[in-house]
Amino acid sequence: MNQWTVICRIADIPVLGSRRVGRPRGMDIAVFRNDRDQVFALLDRCPHKGGPLSQGIVFGTSVACPLHNWTIGLQDGCAKAPDVGCATKFTVKVQDGVVCLDALELATLAIDLQPPRAGPKREIHQIA
Amino acid sequence: MKKSRLVMIGNGMAGVRTLEELLKIAPGLYDIAVFGAEPHPNYNRILLSPVLAGEQTLDDIVLNAWQWYEQNNIRLHAGKKVVEVDRVRRVVRAEDGTEEEYDRLLLCTGSNPFILPVPGNNLPGVIAYRDIADTNAMIEAAQKYKNAVVIGGGLLGLEAANGLMRRGMDVTVVHVMPWLMERQLDDVAGKLLQKSLEERGLKFMIGAQTGELLAGADGRVKTVKFKDGSAVDADLVVMAVGIRPSTQLAETMKLHVNRGIVVHDTMQTVTDARIYSVGECAAHRGIAYGLVAPLFEQAKVAANHLAQFGIGRYTGSLTSTKLKVTGIDLFSCGDFMGSASGKPEDEGTEAIVMSDPFGGVYKKLVIKDDKLVGACLYGDTVDGSWYFKLLREGRNVNDIRDKLMFGESSLGDAGHAGHTKAASMADDAEVCGCNGINKGAICKAIKEKGLFTLDEVRKHTKASGSCGSCTGLVEQILMFTAGGDYSAAPKKKAMCACTDHSHQDVRDAIRKHKLLTIAETFSFMEWRAPNGCATCRPAVNYYLISTWPKLAKDDPQSRYINERSHANIQKDGTYSVIPRMWGGETTADELRRIANVVDKYKIPTVKVTGGQRIDLLGVKKEDLKSVWQDLGMPSGHAYAKALRTVKTCVGSEWCRFGTQDSTQMGKDLERALWRMYAPHKVKLAVSGCPRNCAESGIKDVGVIGVDSGWEIHIAGNGGIKTEAAQFLCKVKTAAEVLEYSGAFLQLYREEGWYLERTVHYVNRVGLDHVKKKILEDDAGRKALWERLQFSLEGEPDPWFELDKAAVDMRQFTRLPVEQPA
Repeated sequence: MNQWTVICRIADIPVLGSRRVGRPRGMDIAVFRNDRDQVFALLDRCPHKGGPLSQGIVFGTSVACPLHNWTIGLQDGCAKAPDVGCATKFTVKVQDGVVCLDALELATLAIDLQPPRAGPKREIHQIA
Repeated sequence: MKKSRLVMIGNGMAGVRTLEELLKIAPGLYDIAVFGAEPHPNYNRILLSPVLAGEQTLDDIVLNAWQWYEQNNIRLHAGKKVVEVDRVRRVVRAEDGTEEEYDRLLLCTGSNPFILPVPGNNLPGVIAYRDIADTNAMIEAAQKYKNAVVIGGGLLGLEAANGLMRRGMDVTVVHVMPWLMERQLDDVAGKLLQKSLEERGLKFMIGAQTGELLAGADGRVKTVKFKDGSAVDADLVVMAVGIRPSTQLAETMKLHVNRGIVVHDTMQTVTDARIYSVGECAAHRGIAYGLVAPLFEQAKVAANHLAQFGIGRYTGSLTSTKLKVTGIDLFSCGDFMGSASGKPEDEGTEAIVMSDPFGGVYKKLVIKDDKLVGACLYGDTVDGSWYFKLLREGRNVNDIRDKLMFGESSLGDAGHAGHTKAASMADDAEVCGCNGINKGAICKAIKEKGLFTLDEVRKHTKASGSCGSCTGLVEQILMFTAGGDYSAAPKKKAMCACTDHSHQDVRDAIRKHKLLTIAETFSFMEWRAPNGCATCRPAVNYYLISTWPKLAKDDPQSRYINERSHANIQKDGTYSVIPRMWGGETTADELRRIANVVDKYKIPTVKVTGGQRIDLLGVKKEDLKSVWQDLGMPSGHAYAKALRTVKTCVGSEWCRFGTQDSTQMGKDLERALWRMYAPHKVKLAVSGCPRNCAESGIKDVGVIGVDSGWEIHIAGNGGIKTEAAQFLCKVKTAAEVLEYSGAFLQLYREEGWYLERTVHYVNRVGLDHVKKKILEDDAGRKALWERLQFSLEGEPDPWFELDKAAVDMRQFTRLPVEQPA
């Protein structure tokens, strides 16, 4: 049996928008809601260069990554051809307007994946 | 429910493209069967010439392999010629008795070569040039025989002659008209072409009329005899005197035929609405096209109707030509003859001609009513695609007339759009600097994937898909690799895959029918996807709020993230924050607050921007609201398609050369125009004297103070391709600077297409149009300026009036993970 973790009410997610879910370990999860009140969850990391999918424009059952405009399918997390790659997908349950994620997936899925880096390379000076 | 059955007769490029388009938009709608007379899958007929010339193999030119038909569950009856269609029982029958029933029928029987009605035209060794079998027959003949005669000095005939010569034959081209390729070239270019082909070893008999073909002792053709009594030896005669739409089947079906199978704009036959026809066999408005670009446009329309969307219409095409003979560059489009044709409709055309017979370069541009109506290029065809674009768009070229002949690259002074000829580039030369794509990769994709359009090349290679500055170069490569009849972008470009409407169509409809919401617009204009996509939604949202200020409601979910979070997203998902500094001036207080914010929020990078402001990079999204609060400075809109900055020089307050107070002018402009959303970002500059330290020459509006007033320059750009701003006018007072600049920007806001910078907008509509609206129409200018002020009045600063700017606060917080339920 799945253990479900309550995330929010469906109304807490903007229509054709998303929310970010922080978890104790691992990168954020993006939960999306489309205009038909379907809810989807993906790791907030585009398979291309790690862009935060939660910040993209949602349409149909897709989201456009804000960094380089890859179109990612919300149902399977995969990029639309000819681009190739998939974002990690999370199982969602919506019951009585409450959005839940699978507790085991939250704790274990894609824990090792790192967010992309930007800015000056910081570590170099520290080596004494 | 049983699926509808679609049967296609003719397995060629136009028909299969229709099926591809159909499968893309309505997969699984039909049970599909295809009859093809040739025992091959669909191949690229255009590339038969390179095969004949030994530059490519037959395998190279297959577009849809056998597996494609299998994968799409299409029953392919290859090598089975259809002999009968019963329109009452709706059954198609092939020679061998194979039958298929249909609900919809697609006739793509293409064309047949025209065979001269002369004695001996059926002798062995006399062939046409149309398909793989003909090509193989020529290749075989070249191995056994010496002398070839090609009858017909048009596109196909010359390609055949070149191929046979490359395979070692002695080739004579017989042409009845006064010069070669008279349907695509004028006399000068035709004679240059002849000279250059003669240098390669071809022989020509111009003006010669074929009388009869005589056989030798073995029964094979031996001699071509002309009407004047002369004769040449020939072991192989290739007839390339033109094609005729193949309509025998249609005639037996009792379909209306007149120079082809007559079709409506929907590509349905006029006789039977169940039957569609596309390709060389179809006559649309009296024209049967023989080039691939129009056929693909037809395919798209037919597919749309077969898919039961029912909104596309085909309204005819303009065509261009290029010869596929390696090393010979020629290009023509439109009315390339001009007044020399002697036709009454060509009176009043003017020609600009450049001729260098020794260098082998000839260019003729035909202009009528300030528009380019035709072009004929020989020896240097780099700008062919640009001329063709000007012609299709019907753009007024009066303002660029003096530079027109020297090509697109002569219009700008930098960038890399015209730096080299596509043909002479090495395979490893980089074409698309954004995505690191070299020429070889593009050529490979075009050949292997059978690409015909710029969009397809973009999709498969990413080339020209980012900043777009190499678009011209990619089009040239496409033209060069796929042949001249590559599919140029249609005159009217659809906004995105969700619709067939162009940006202009959408703008017009929103204004005309007073559409106020995205949903209304999508339903009125019959959008295919209920909530559009990331391309059309931001555009439509902008059109609504710019056309109906205060009435149409902004939809933040249809804006790109930067305009939703009012900061600029960085590659790691953090944001950059740029507060507004009016005219680039700041104070100790502001700098102290900036310094405190940097410390408090541990902002990793602080950078001075090119627009005389300060950029705070690496701000976490959760911190944005407090950073704005603590800065206590207005939003700089550095993240938006909106007024960005007004750069100024020091001006007459301090500078010993300054003639005007440019700093104050800049501040006034910025205060009057800030919060102004536009089709794209807008940058201004004000310089206090002609030394122009604020770089006004590369801004959307650049103002330069002179002793007697202010010069206003517009449509400059310092970006992808440097474009010097164009002089608009000179005015006396600061109030006039505000009015004229504001009026121009409002014109751009009302007429520009989304993501079109001022330079592209002005290039599209012409500087004359802008001058007419701003300089010659005082009332109109004032009205524009008033409309802009009305639009901006009371607009919120999104950093401080978040409610009013409809900023969704939920985006700034994360949802915590609670305990399992």
